Amino acid sequence: MSQAKDSSKIAFVIGASSVGTLIEWYDFYIFGMLATIISQQFFPADAGTAALLSTLAIFAAGFIVRPFGALVFGRLGDLIGRKYTFLLTLLIMGGSTFAIGLVPGYASIGWAAPIIVLVLRLLQGLALGGEYGGAATYVAEHAPADRRGFWTSWIQTTATLGLFLALGIIILIRSNQGVEKFSAEWGGWRYPFWISLLLVIVSILIRMKMSESPMFSKLKAEGKTSVNPLKESFGRKANFKMVLLALFGAVMGQGVIWYTGQFYAQSFIETVCKVDFIQSRNLMLWAILFATPFFVIFGYLSDRIGRKWIMMAGMLAGILTYRPIYQHFLDVTSANNRVEKIDLANTVTAPLMASIDHKDNTKLYIIHHYDTAYTDGAHFRYTKTDTLHIAAAYAVGDAGVISFTQVNKLDSTKTDTIIAKVKAPNGTIVDETKSANIVVINKSVKPSVVIEKTLDNDTYWNLIWLVFVQILYVTMVYGPIAAFLVEMFPTKIRYTSMSLPYHIGNGVFGGLVPFLGTLIVEFTKNADNPAGDPLAGLWYPIGVASICLFIGVVYLTNKVDKNVMD
Amino acid sequence: MNNIKKMLGLVWMAAAPILIWFLASQAMQKISNATEATKANVMLQWVIILSIFAPICFGFFIFGYYGFKGEYDHLPESSAELDD
Repeated sequence: MSQAKDSSKIAFVIGASSVGTLIEWYDFYIFGMLATIISQQFFPADAGTAALLSTLAIFAAGFIVRPFGALVFGRLGDLIGRKYTFLLTLLIMGGSTFAIGLVPGYASIGWAAPIIVLVLRLLQGLALGGEYGGAATYVAEHAPADRRGFWTSWIQTTATLGLFLALGIIILIRSNQGVEKFSAEWGGWRYPFWISLLLVIVSILIRMKMSESPMFSKLKAEGKTSVNPLKESFGRKANFKMVLLALFGAVMGQGVIWYTGQFYAQSFIETVCKVDFIQSRNLMLWAILFATPFFVIFGYLSDRIGRKWIMMAGMLAGILTYRPIYQHFLDVTSANNRVEKIDLANTVTAPLMASIDHKDNTKLYIIHHYDTAYTDGAHFRYTKTDTLHIAAAYAVGDAGVISFTQVNKLDSTKTDTIIAKVKAPNGTIVDETKSANIVVINKSVKPSVVIEKTLDNDTYWNLIWLVFVQILYVTMVYGPIAAFLVEMFPTKIRYTSMSLPYHIGNGVFGGLVPFLGTLIVEFTKNADNPAGDPLAGLWYPIGVASICLFIGVVYLTNKVDKNVMD
Repeated sequence: MNNIKKMLGLVWMAAAPILIWFLASQAMQKISNATEATKANVMLQWVIILSIFAPICFGFFIFGYYGFKGEYDHLPESSAELDD
């Protein structure tokens, strides 16, 4: 009877903690996933300023504010308790996310918009920095010693399920509304931010019913809580050396494996393999769905065979297989490895379109879509945009898009008389018979080509499988890590001591995977190979994981510390 | 194993300043190669990266030093061992 009561209590503790942490991850991810729209809505059109502000929002929130949040809230959690601290982080995260959805765009309130959004994003980073350590500590301090890995692994599923929830909600709203309505100033992209309020209220109500961690309560009753958690965590050699070991021997490698499997994979499939927007996100959803139970499986297994070797095996698997996996991504999505349909009836060529650059009316963009169908069912769309420089500004008034009828002359570098249908941006035809005398001075040498690939069923599932394998590595390194970190530090400074290495490992080492990956690809570009080696970016996660694996194997112990009461 | 830990400590101590030097030289190169329009943004990115990685590299140096001094020869098994 008592055992059943204990199980029910721990299930409530897990549920209440996990829901809150999941919502925090959801809140943090939706900003990143909607970054393009947010940038268009809140930041000025001036490219330089927009880039500067978005850099601050992305870099500062992830790399500086997250570890700073770990220090601020970790300290608070060790001073006043876990429950109230992670209630506070949830409130800050939920409030700032909801508020982002309410901020009018740059077009309405000018410079106030990006500044308010930047502050709110920094608050999100701060709250995330404080949340995880609290939730993991709280659950671990409730869990029985022989099942700590199993119970804390439920908290570990939340980072991935938060991504799943964010992806799912965004795709659902975008599919229902259509791209144009979704991207408008008060369009559907704001709904995920507003939904957050509902989720946070529910989670706060649940968390209010929770009691303080029994270990922390005991320490408090005995007057043994830390007076200065920061000093005790980082000012004492005996504890500080364990913080360093946690970071360089475990969390640093875990961070890069996590970001590579869940974020770099999606970005690579979308931007390098050119798989279309919806399909690349859907395949992530499937892979996440199949892989998520393994967090719990590896958490459970870590109670039986120890944490260290499971995490090390996950890192080793990533190190050995990332390059073959990503090479396979390139091979299966390449046009060279497919048989084109020779039945031209299946090849759709969209009409040639053109538009005038509104900032510079002497620039005319000629846009041509053409589609290639393959025997396996795949369908690749190429959108080629040529830029024509014309002698005199073309007065289009409010009209934005021109549909040309004399398409064969548009590549000319000579004078052309063309008949144009002029359309307003809303699609209404303004003047069907307007003719235009355009003197073309020259054509830009290099057209821009955008490729969108819709994959056949076999390739699609093949990619799902390979992303699943990468997320499986994530579950190996991430499933046991909460229990591993909790067992490294004493109760009185646990929140502070484990939060900092966790957020440096994930926020800094993991968060830099896309940036440094792109930078390494830049190094490989030269005159003979202007595109560079698309796989070179993988050397960053492989390198960091290799050092971490080496340190972990040599320095860490596989022994599970049963007693975390001390 | 303890001897390996100590020897590797020297490697980590040497690696930390090399990493800082590598990042700083990359930062200077990328900032000087940036166009006028992107210079401020590139500089901001690298200032953030350097300011966060410099203390991490310093931490890596200390980690190596502790390894070299034999601090990791025996890992603590209870909190009592974490008190100096």
